[in-house]
Amino acid sequence: MEQFEPVIVAFCCHYCAYTAADTAGSQRLSYPAGVKIVRVPCTGKVDAKHLLTAFEKGADGVLVAGCLVGDCHFKDGNVKAARRVEFTKKYLQEIGIEAERLEMAGMSAGQGKEFAETATAITEKIRALGPSPVKGKNSCCGKAA
Amino acid sequence: MITAERKPLEELLGYIAPYGRILLLGCNECVTVCAAGGRKEVGLLASALKMAARKSGKDVEIVEHTLERQCDPEYVEEVAGLVGQADAVVSMACGCGVQQMAMRYAKPVFPALNTRFMGGSERQGVWDERCAGCGNCLLGVTGGICPIARCAKRLMNGPCGGSANGVCEITPDVPCAWHLIWERLEALGQTQQYMEIIPAKDWKTAQGGGPRKIIREDLAE
Ligand code: SF4
Ligand code: SF4
Repeated sequence: MEQFEPVIVAFCCHYCAYTAADTAGSQRLSYPAGVKIVRVPCTGKVDAKHLLTAFEKGADGVLVAGCLVGDCHFKDGNVKAARRVEFTKKYLQEIGIEAERLEMAGMSAGQGKEFAETATAITEKIRALGPSPVKGKNSCCGKAA
Repeated sequence: MITAERKPLEELLGYIAPYGRILLLGCNECVTVCAAGGRKEVGLLASALKMAARKSGKDVEIVEHTLERQCDPEYVEEVAGLVGQADAVVSMACGCGVQQMAMRYAKPVFPALNTRFMGGSERQGVWDERCAGCGNCLLGVTGGICPIARCAKRLMNGPCGGSANGVCEITPDVPCAWHLIWERLEALGQTQQYMEIIPAKDWKTAQGGGPRKIIREDLAE
């Protein structure tokens, strides 16, 4: 059987995690190709709706990666994001999606190795869990004006 | 404001199970402020319902819409077209909005929220009960603190013997309303107010007299 390659959406803050991913690149450290990075100004900008939409659109796992606690460029956006991640995990459980599919991580801009390791670890964790239980036929969202 | 909280997803999935096309209708007023049923929560719930349905092999179409106010006929009228295309409505308004929809449209209307109480914001993300709508406000003689909504026993002349160190006997998280009233009257230099006995309350103005109605003759048509 073909090996399942998880799709991970990684919301990375511009100041730390995104730069860490960049650092990983310039250090020639590889991380799984299924990790799709969405750059955000701060993880504090990431809403529960973004996280649910990622799953709705077919992500097998979602990573929110910001600065280390105490190092947020906007003071405490990462702390707020962590609370939203916890809120969203509860929503996921109600839907019937394993809460472990959503994760929060913190790293500094220079920690390219940590970024690559985190991206690899979440990919392996999701690979073990299997594809998202809500993946499959994607019904489009009917939105009224 | 009127405060509310979302119902468990399982209950909502049970309501909508027989239907294929749902209008999920939020309200821009109180329930938006208490983060229960505004546009954002409509978006979250729509995603959640769609994913949960998909997981169980079903496909449900959800149309999202949020009204300025769901407890007024003028606004509720605006969604006639959307209701016409839907098999059922799930309302994220308080119970007043849900009923406004149910009175207007001959379609099944389900509540997505549990309406909790009339309250205020204590701090970001925290709301507490402040008024029980008794219909004859006592705040003018109780230092601006409600002995009905905020005292577990609704005492007119408290505190009871369970008040200790400013805390109500029901749980240490609840301040004693009468302790608060005394402190406030003291700060205002109005402790003489406390010496006045408040007579037994006539609950006819509350729900004791059945469903209530306000008629403003000058406005009513
Ligand atoms: S006294 Fe009655 S009207 Fe006044 S705040 Fe309390 S419950 Fe509300
Ligand atoms: S302790 Fe205070 S708030 Fe609690 S029941 Fe007694 S008087 Fe009411």
